[in-house]
Order: sequence, then structure tokens, then C-alpha cells
Amino acid sequence: MNELKTKRPLAGKRILVGKPGLDGHDIGAKIVALTLRDAGAEVIYTGLRRTPLQIAQVAVDEGVDAVGLSILSGSHKELVADVIAQLRALKAGNVKVFVGGTIPGADQDVLRELGVSAVFTADMSLDEVVAELAHKLS
Amino acid sequence: MNKREKPITAREPVMTSVSRSGIAVPASVDASAVHPENIGRPGEYPFTRGIFPDGYNGRLWTIRQYSGFGTAEESNARYKFLLAQGQTGLSVALDLPTQCGYDPTHPMARPEIGKVGVSLSNLSEAEILFEGLDLSKISTSFTINGTAAIIYAMYLAVADKQGVPREKLTGTIQNDILKEYVARGTWIFPVRPSMRLIADSILYSNDVSPRFNAISIAGAHVRDAGATAAEEMAYTLANGLAYVEELRKRGGDVEKFAKRLSFFFYVHMDFFDEIAKFRAGRRLWARLMKERYGVKDPKAQHFRFGVVCGGSSLVAPQPYNNVVRVAVETMAAVFGGAQSIFTCAMDEAFQIPTEFSAELAVRTQQILAFESGIGRTVDPLGGSYFLEQHTDRMEEMIAKVMSEIDAYGGVIPAIEDGWMQLRLAERGLERKLDTDAGKNVIVGQNFFKKENEQIGVRELFTLDPTVAQRALEKFQRVLDTRQSSAVDVALAKLSAAAAKDRENLMPYLVDCCHAYATVGEMVSVLKNQWGEFKEPVNL
Repeated sequence: MNELKTKRPLAGKRILVGKPGLDGHDIGAKIVALTLRDAGAEVIYTGLRRTPLQIAQVAVDEGVDAVGLSILSGSHKELVADVIAQLRALKAGNVKVFVGGTIPGADQDVLRELGVSAVFTADMSLDEVVAELAHKLS
Repeated sequence: MNKREKPITAREPVMTSVSRSGIAVPASVDASAVHPENIGRPGEYPFTRGIFPDGYNGRLWTIRQYSGFGTAEESNARYKFLLAQGQTGLSVALDLPTQCGYDPTHPMARPEIGKVGVSLSNLSEAEILFEGLDLSKISTSFTINGTAAIIYAMYLAVADKQGVPREKLTGTIQNDILKEYVARGTWIFPVRPSMRLIADSILYSNDVSPRFNAISIAGAHVRDAGATAAEEMAYTLANGLAYVEELRKRGGDVEKFAKRLSFFFYVHMDFFDEIAKFRAGRRLWARLMKERYGVKDPKAQHFRFGVVCGGSSLVAPQPYNNVVRVAVETMAAVFGGAQSIFTCAMDEAFQIPTEFSAELAVRTQQILAFESGIGRTVDPLGGSYFLEQHTDRMEEMIAKVMSEIDAYGGVIPAIEDGWMQLRLAERGLERKLDTDAGKNVIVGQNFFKKENEQIGVRELFTLDPTVAQRALEKFQRVLDTRQSSAVDVALAKLSAAAAKDRENLMPYLVDCCHAYATVGEMVSVLKNQWGEFKEPVNL
């Protein structure tokens, strides 16, 4: 972690961390938001219960490079598809979308087919998450 | 260098001499560590050794599995299955629209209908959910908070419909909004009117359904979010005291309402931390009730609690290891003296359980209850040099965290300002970094991994894709067939009562339920009076 703070692999990146839908488990989103900030990114966290449209709108208004969505309620397929559709409708289809949460393996493939750049699960280390983001955003 | 202090490497886990709560654990403890005056006898103040003199001999803990998904029909079938397997109480999981107060037709609700629990939008669904189940005999627990008063009203209305006298009802509503603001997120209204609604439901329940627990003050969710065992207990007791204060302000008699306060915790893998947490919490609560509030009736000093084994301690890699974790955690809950236990299924880290994994979780409890004999004698580890010392140290640590919350000004300002939320997020980050660094060993995740391991279980639960559509169709039928003038009258009365500060809202909510008003309609009426909670997002 100290290494993250000195190397700042995400310096210059703007990342929106969002909680779409009604899921109230936000510790994962907050841990990732704090970590991305330590890694040098400028992080915007939406707070709970945002609609896909609200998240896409903030992403556009803030000109972010990436949107990270945290979902643990099992509604990831519907909500992620909706966020991606809203981003495209707002002509921001180039913004990379990442997903974290309780996502069964088969669904991870579905999300990637929808256009998600990477899916993160609780067993991955934060270093792995940052490295993957840095790679996909470079 | 002694073996216990070897530096941590990626491949070789080491045993540390500090518990997960940060309490030093000596390699050996002798009799001088035990202070008998702190301990007492089982069933006697300060209840370190349990609230009953005969432990589980009088009554085994309740085997209560959290369950519910899809529509009321599917959940009703799962409940009948679990009861047929020997489960002794129901624990109803509700979907997020029901928990957050949205009807299935609301745009926010649509993707979430029936996902993490059953959709219970109005009385007709509750009638289906409990069809064929005798509510005078089965105790039912509801994990419900933001809309707890409404769901409790609905339960009373179902009992009325079944012809079951309300005073015969047993069970629990979680109804603990404070921890929702901190860790679980199904808040609706601002903190203060939410506290009013909780006091309304507890005071009403004490009178009309005196065997029903109208609150279960829960530490489980802050624990899963990152709190240590000591912090979990401290936050929960602090929240408990906030409810006691609110009830006293409303004229409640602590000797009466304290008998029906119940608690709910997680148990994770640090075995002695967990046992000590329960013993220390039970003792602290009894002391608070007696010394701070002068409570005389021992039943009103009793710290009764349910436990959930698993949660975030269960992981996706090598998922069958979770069966073993749940067994160890269940033993800690039993040695801690839990009144009810819910064992998570080994596929917790993927999905809600299949029938197979749900059954295995029930069997784990039955094996411990009926084969192992660990429940034969009350508090069998009581008097252990180490456990008694660890319980004392745990108690000191819990008291310290509680005094930090007091120093901030109490839980309500700490939550309104977002102080507790931020503190918890930082703790969660710390725990994750410790795990990443290998300081917390998780077998199969950060140690003892195999090359190219596929993560998964053989069979995963899949929700019937027609659930949302069926829920919406049923919902529309209720709207079409109910008497809308009766709904309007009931909602108008609820609105007028909510505008007054001291009117108990429960009778109005029960009337609304009987008229087939929907959860979303009742919540909208209250939102119009009270507004909504504004989440402090300070990271």
C-alpha cells in the first residue's frame, strides 16, 4: 500500500465509483475508492441508491476515464447493462466500465460481453485491482 | 528469534500472538488471571456464564436459517422444506424493494424484485407467504429495518386473518435502523423520525404481542464491513443504549421493554475472540441495565442474542472449506451461549443457497447439537484461565470503544455526521490490507492456493427469470381488486397521525395493511411528512 502511495500508478486518472440500485453494502465501494485515491486517482464516490442514468450523467459531467460499479445484490446483469446503455446514449461509450461485487463466474463472462473491462471479486488483492485498472486505462 | 515472531511471507502463514480484535494472547495463562467475582453463576447476575442456569438443557438454541427469494409462493415452499428438515424457526429474507420501501412497479425496484429475498409488497403476498404455517406455533424472524414497522403491521394483519391471537405471536423484527445508516444501507427516513417509528413499534408490540421481539439490535453488519469483534459489540451496545433512551423519552418503562430487546451478531473465525465477545457483551449489558437504569428484574437485564455464522468470513476460493468454517463458528456461538443460530451455506460467497447447501447448513447445527454433546452443560469453557482472562480484556476493549463514541456525543450525531461510517470504512480498508499482506490467513485465498484453480461450486442457485413478471402481475391484481376508497381513508389517517409527534403509528399501519395498502404507498405517506435521510458521503 505504501508502494501505491509513492508510485501512484493511477495519477492523472479520474474515476467514478458508483452504487447503482438498492444494494446498501458499500464497504467494498468505499475500500476501493480509498485505495484508488491512494494510488493517485481523483475519485468521485456517488453514495448509495443511484440510478444508472444518474451514474452515467455524473460520469459525463465529471469527464471521468472510468466508472467502477459495486453490486452485491445479484442485480448486476440488469444494472450494468443499463449503465453502459446510458453512457452510450450520452455519447460516452468510451468511458471504461469496471464491476466489483458478488459476481458468479458465469456472470463475469456475461458482463465482459456487455463491454465491461474487468470484474473484481472479494478474493482479489487491492494491488491486483489497481494493477488491472492501471493496465486497462493506460 | 522466537518462532511466533517469524516475519510474514507470502507462502508460510504464522501464528501471531495477538487476536483479531487486537488483544494480546499469552502463550500460557495461569489461575492468577481469573477473577471469580467477575464471573458469577450461570443464570445469575452479571450473567457472564449465560442467562439460564441450565444452559441448553432447558431449551436448545433455535435453528433458524435466513431464507427467502422470488415470490411468496417459492419462499413458502422453501420454508416448508426447511421445517421438514428440522429447522425450528423461520427467518424471512425480504427483497430490496420491500426493504427500501418501493413497490415493484417503481423503476428503482424492477431489477431487484425477488433477488435477495422475497417480494412482500402488500398483505396478499404475506397471506401466501404464511399459507399453511401456523403462526401461533412458529416463531418468525424478519430481517427488516427501514420498513420494519410496516412489515410487523403486516404480520399482525396476517395473524388476524388466520385467526391467531396477536398475543400468541413469537418472533423478531430486526428494526435496528442505526446500523443501517452505518453499514447496511436500507435507511429511508432521517434518523430522528426513524427512532420514533422504532419506539412506536416496540411500545405497541410490548402491549399487543408481548412474546414478540420488536427489535434485534444488530452488530453483524458492521462486523462484516470491517469492525473487529470488540468494535462490533461496542457499536451494538451503544446503539442499544440509544434505543433505551428513546423509549424512556417516550414514557416506556425500562423494566418492561428491556425484556424484549434482543441482539444479533456475526461470529467469525477467531474462536476465543468470539466466545469472549459474547460473554463480555452479556456481562456489560446486564451491568448497564442495572447500574445505569436501576433495572431490577433479571429478565430485563438479560442479553438475549441470535448469531449468524459465516458472512464475509466465507470465501469463494476452495468454497467447500466454508463447511468447516461454519462448524467452527457455530461452536463459538454455542460456547458463547447464543439463543438462536443461523448457519450460512458454503456457497454464500456466490449466491443465495441451493436446497442442497441450505440443508447442509442445517445439518451442521444438528450434528453439533445432537452428536457432539457440546451443549450438555452450561458454559462448559467457563473458568478456563485463558477464556476468563480474554473475556475481561475483551470487556475492557468494548468499553473503550463505547467511551470513544460517547466522547463524540453519542451514536446519533456520530451517524448524522458520517463519523461512524468513515471510521468503519477505514477499518474495512485496514482489514483488507492485512488480508492482502497475509497477516490474516484465509486458507485457499491468500495461502495454500493451487495453480490454475477454478473457483466455483458444482451447483449454483438460479432464480426463476419469471419472478419479476409474476410479482408485477400479482401486484396489479391487488390494485385492481382492493377497495380503493378504504385505502385512501387508511392512508389519510396514517398521514395525519404521522404529523403529530406522539401518536403511535402502529394501529394506523395495521389498518393500512388490512386495506391492502402497499408498502410503497405507506412509505410515500411517511416520506411526505418526514423527508428522506441524506447520506453523508465523506470519504
